[in-house]
Amino acid sequence: MAGETTGTETIGGTAGAVQGAIEHGGGAHNPLEQFQIKRLIPIHIGDLDLSFTNSALFMLIAVALITLFLTYAMRSRALIPGRLQSMAELSYEFVANMIRENVGSEGRRYFPFIFTLFMFILFGNVLGMFPFTFTFTSHIIVTFALAAVVFIGVTVIGFVRHGATFLKLFVPSGVPPFLLPLLVVIEVLSYLTRPISLSVRLFANMMAGHTMLKVFGGFVVALGFLGGWAPLAFVVALTGLEIGIAFLQAYVFTILTCIYLNDAIHLHH
Amino acid sequence: MEPAAAKLIGAGLATIALAGVGVGIGNIFGNYVAGALRNPAAAPQVFGNVLLGFALTEAIALFALVIAMLLLFVF
Repeated sequence: MAGETTGTETIGGTAGAVQGAIEHGGGAHNPLEQFQIKRLIPIHIGDLDLSFTNSALFMLIAVALITLFLTYAMRSRALIPGRLQSMAELSYEFVANMIRENVGSEGRRYFPFIFTLFMFILFGNVLGMFPFTFTFTSHIIVTFALAAVVFIGVTVIGFVRHGATFLKLFVPSGVPPFLLPLLVVIEVLSYLTRPISLSVRLFANMMAGHTMLKVFGGFVVALGFLGGWAPLAFVVALTGLEIGIAFLQAYVFTILTCIYLNDAIHLHH
Repeated sequence: MEPAAAKLIGAGLATIALAGVGVGIGNIFGNYVAGALRNPAAAPQVFGNVLLGFALTEAIALFALVIAMLLLFVF
């Protein structure tokens, strides 16, 4: 089934395979079509495919929107903020508080990175809730790249700050010595699976939510004018839930980054 | 057994993970409500943690979904 991928414009293994599989499974409506990556401006350098895709377009839109929002909202720099300025200050305060509570004062120097991460994921998620948009956070490669940056960055920070004593992170204190070899292996494994769980959490949430919306949207069409109201009401409720999830997942990604950073800086165990 | 049938059965089995996730989410909100009734003043402080726990638990269900999708469409 996986080999029968049809769309020639499709990039990416899983999405393409899913697309092909569903098309051959019959049924005109395909809830996974929305995740298809299309080349907008094909760029090929040697064997490298560096095409400008719809995914890249929406990443650019997200970055442009964040820049516009923050610069436009803060243009007056009023002592008593207006509505827009309050929103910008609120998002700043939100992330700053998160770092203060989870990492402490030493985390302040990492604020720019964590704030950027939060805003990028938040705008990516929320942008995807608009009809006819593309959710770039619903692709594992995007979220995995973000998670890999966090993972490598945190590990480097840990080694730079503590040198070899950073490895103490993998040795839990206060356990019987005969259990130590087993626990160290478990700790190392759980440390190494962090980028995977971090990225799959965000990607799976976004993908599952958007697929569910499309599936219920399909029910509305299938049941027609008379019976379609029940699934339509459900879709409305689900959209509300999904907007909540969009915020929540950005928050979860950021707070886990803070917790990992705290581990690297303070070596809690 | 035909490979296609085995694939479907495997994907169905992957959804068993939802049982554990159901217990987990029920635990989180049940304990939150119980705690909030005992000490309503402290309830807003822990609500962020409740949502974090909910999101982490829900992610486990989605890992199962990813496994089911991989079984159905990739293999």
